[in-house]
Amino acid sequence: MKKSMKKLLSLAMAIALAASLTACGSGKTSETTAAGEKAASGESSGAAASGEGSFKIGGIGPITGSTAIYGQAVMRGAELAIEEINADGGINGAQIVYNFQDDENDTEKAVNAYNTLKDWGMQMLVGTVTSAPCIAVGAESSNDNIFQLTPSGSAVDCAKFENQFRVCFSDPNQGAASAQYIGENKLATKVAIIYDSSDVYSSGIHDKFLSEAANQGIEIVSDEAFTADNNTNFSVQLQKAQDSGAELVFLPIYYSQAALILAQAKQMGYEPQFFGCDGLDGLLTVENFDTSLAENVMLLTPFAADAKDELTQKFVTTFKEKYGETPNQFAADGYDAVYAIKAAAEKAAITADMDASAICDALKTSMTEISVNGLTGENMKWSKDGEPDKAPKAVKIVNGVYTAM
Amino acid sequence: MEKSMKINFRLNKTLKSNIITYGIVIAAYIIVQLLVNAGQVSNLMKGLLVPICIYTIMAISLNLTVGILGELSLGHAGFMCVGAFSSALFSISMLDAIPNAGIRFFFAILIGAFFAALAGIVVGIPVLRLRGDYLAIVTLAFGEIIKNVISVVYIGKDASGLHFSTKNAMALNMAKEGTVIINGAQGITGTPKNSTFTIGVILILITLVIVLNLIHSRSGRAIMSVRDNRIAAESIGINITKYKLMAFTISAALAGVAGVLYSHNLSALTATQKNFGYNQSIMILVFVVLGGIGNIRGSMIAAVLLTLLPELLRGLNTYRMLIYAIILIVMMIFNWSPKLIDLRKRYFHKNRAEKERA
Repeated sequence: MKKSMKKLLSLAMAIALAASLTACGSGKTSETTAAGEKAASGESSGAAASGEGSFKIGGIGPITGSTAIYGQAVMRGAELAIEEINADGGINGAQIVYNFQDDENDTEKAVNAYNTLKDWGMQMLVGTVTSAPCIAVGAESSNDNIFQLTPSGSAVDCAKFENQFRVCFSDPNQGAASAQYIGENKLATKVAIIYDSSDVYSSGIHDKFLSEAANQGIEIVSDEAFTADNNTNFSVQLQKAQDSGAELVFLPIYYSQAALILAQAKQMGYEPQFFGCDGLDGLLTVENFDTSLAENVMLLTPFAADAKDELTQKFVTTFKEKYGETPNQFAADGYDAVYAIKAAAEKAAITADMDASAICDALKTSMTEISVNGLTGENMKWSKDGEPDKAPKAVKIVNGVYTAM
Repeated sequence: MEKSMKINFRLNKTLKSNIITYGIVIAAYIIVQLLVNAGQVSNLMKGLLVPICIYTIMAISLNLTVGILGELSLGHAGFMCVGAFSSALFSISMLDAIPNAGIRFFFAILIGAFFAALAGIVVGIPVLRLRGDYLAIVTLAFGEIIKNVISVVYIGKDASGLHFSTKNAMALNMAKEGTVIINGAQGITGTPKNSTFTIGVILILITLVIVLNLIHSRSGRAIMSVRDNRIAAESIGINITKYKLMAFTISAALAGVAGVLYSHNLSALTATQKNFGYNQSIMILVFVVLGGIGNIRGSMIAAVLLTLLPELLRGLNTYRMLIYAIILIVMMIFNWSPKLIDLRKRYFHKNRAEKERA
C-alpha cells in the first residue's frame, strides 16, 4: 500500500512538472497581457499604443537588490523618453511599448529576463544596466541578432558584438580620460588612488588609469584597494595617501563610499584635491552628508542635473514631478538610449512589422550614421565597434553645486 | 527459505525506489524534449533548463552532506565557485589546443570536480575531526573567502604560458598579444557555451548513480551510522573521520560539477554575492530542507520547483520576491509543522484504513 502510494505521488510530481512546463509554453499570451498591463500601469505607452503596429522595446536591469538604484534610474529615464516620443507620435508613426524586467544584477537572472522579453516579442533591447549581466546577455542577443543598446554597461566586453552599442563611456575610456585630464591641466604630479577591487567598474577604470598615467607624467605614489566587504573604514588607505605626499587622490568609485572617504579625510585633517569619475555623480544627494565636504571635488561626468541647458532642465523638471527625485546619470543614459534608438530607427526607416533580426541589421548600419544631441553629450556619434564618441565633461563642486570647468 | 525471501524483498524495495528516482528524471527529460521539438516551450523555459539541472545537482550534492552525513554545510556555493572558475579557466586556455567542444567539456567537468573535491578535502580534514557544528562555521567562511580570493586573482595567457598576479592586470607582465583570462573582479568572460540540457540530465543521472549507490553501499551504511550514533559507530571500529571525509569530498566534487555547468552556460562569470555567496548556499539548503533532509528525490523536486517559481512569478514584477518568500514560508510550515504532519498522517491513515477494509 505504502509503495503504491509513493509511486502514485512520484507520478503525480512528474506530471505536475511536465504540466508546469507546458503551461509556460502556452503561456505566451498571458505574458503579453501582463506586460501590457505593466506598461499601462507605468504609463509608459501612450493611450493609443496597441499590440499591432507598435515597436516593442525591452529593458533589463536591477530594480531589486543592492544595485536597484541604477536599474530604477535607467528604467525611469527610458520610460520618460518613451512617453515623450509616444506623445509626439512615436517612431515613424508607430507607438512604443516598453517592458522592463528585473535581473537583480545577476548574470543568470539577466539571461532569464532576456528570454522573458524574447517571449514577449521584444524587437530592440535597452539594457542591460550593469556590466556583468550585459556581457552575459550580449552573448545571447548576438546569437539571436537582436539589437542591443546598453545605457550604462561600461565594461569593455559590453560592446563586444556587432549588435551591441552603448551610451556611456567604457571604463578604460574614463580611466584614460581622467589621466589625460589630470596630466593636461597639470592638476598634480603625485597621485594616490583608492579603488574598489571587487567592483568591475572601479577596477576597470583603475587599470587603464595606471597605464595611461605613465604617459602623462603622473607618478602614482599610493595605490590602495578596498572590497565590497570592507567599505566603511578608509583610514588606512587615506593614511597611506597622506604619508606618500599625494597632491591628488583619484577615486574611481561610487558616491556612497566616496562620501565616507571625504568625511574621514576631513577628520584626519587631510585635504588633497579629490578627483573622481561618473560614479561620484550623486554625491550631493547622499542623506546626512555635509555637502561642504565635497567642496572642490572634481569629477568627470557626462551628465549634471543642474546644468543650465534647456534639454537637461526640462528632463530634470519632468523627472522630479513624476518620480519625486533628482535624476542621476543613469537616468540620463536611459533617456538618451531611447532617443538614440529613435534616431537610428528613423534613419533606417524601419517599421513595426519587421522582425527583430531585420531591425537589428538595419540599425547596426544606421547607428553609425546618426548624431544625437542628448543629455549626456552633444553630437553623440557611434563607431562600428559600438563605442560612443562624445567629450567627457569635467565639473567641480563649488558652493554645493556642479560648476563646469 | 524465509530469510532469503526477506532479503530479496528488501533489495527490491531500494531498487524500486531508485528506479522511480531515475525514472522521474528520464521521464521529465523525454517530456521536455518532446515539447521542445513540438515548439511548445517558451524561450524563458528553454533558458531555464540548464539552471534547473545545475540546482538539482547542487541539491542532491548538499543532501549527501546534510541528510546522509548529518553535517551542516553553509558554503556549498563556494565549492560550486571553485568548480566554475577552474573549469572555465581550463576551457578558455584550451580553446585552441582542444578544438573539439565535447572532449574539452568532458575534461572541464573532470577538472571542475577535481578542484572542488580538493577544496573539500582541505576544508574537511581539520574540521570533520571535530564534534559539533564546526563544519557549518568553517564552510560559511570558506564560501566567503573563496569568493574574495577569486576577486583578486589575475591570470593571463600569452605565448610563454600562463601568468599569475594578485595585484592587477598590468602586473602580469605579458607579451603584447597576451590575453587576460581571469581579470580580478571582472571575472572570466567568453567561456564557450557548452552546457546543454542533455548534458545536464546525463550529469544528474551520474550524480544520482554515485549518491544512491553510495547510500546503499557498505560505506554508506557506515556514514549513516556515524550520523545516527557516533559513539556506537566508533565502538564497532568504524573510522569516523575517513567516512565523514569521504561523503563530504564526494559532495564537494558534485557541487564542482554543477559549477562547471554554471560557468559553461553563461559567457560572463564573476564571483559575486549573488551567485556564489552566502545567499546562494542558503538557497540550496532550502531546496534540501523543503525536499526533505536525506530524501534525494524530494530535494530534486524542490530544486526544480523553487528554481522555476521566481521566473514564473515575473508577471508580478517587484512583488515577486515578496510572494516568493511567502510561498517558501507556507511550504515550510506545510512540510514541517508538527500539527500539519499529524493532520496529513491522519488523512492518509484514514485512506489506507478504508482501502484495507474494502
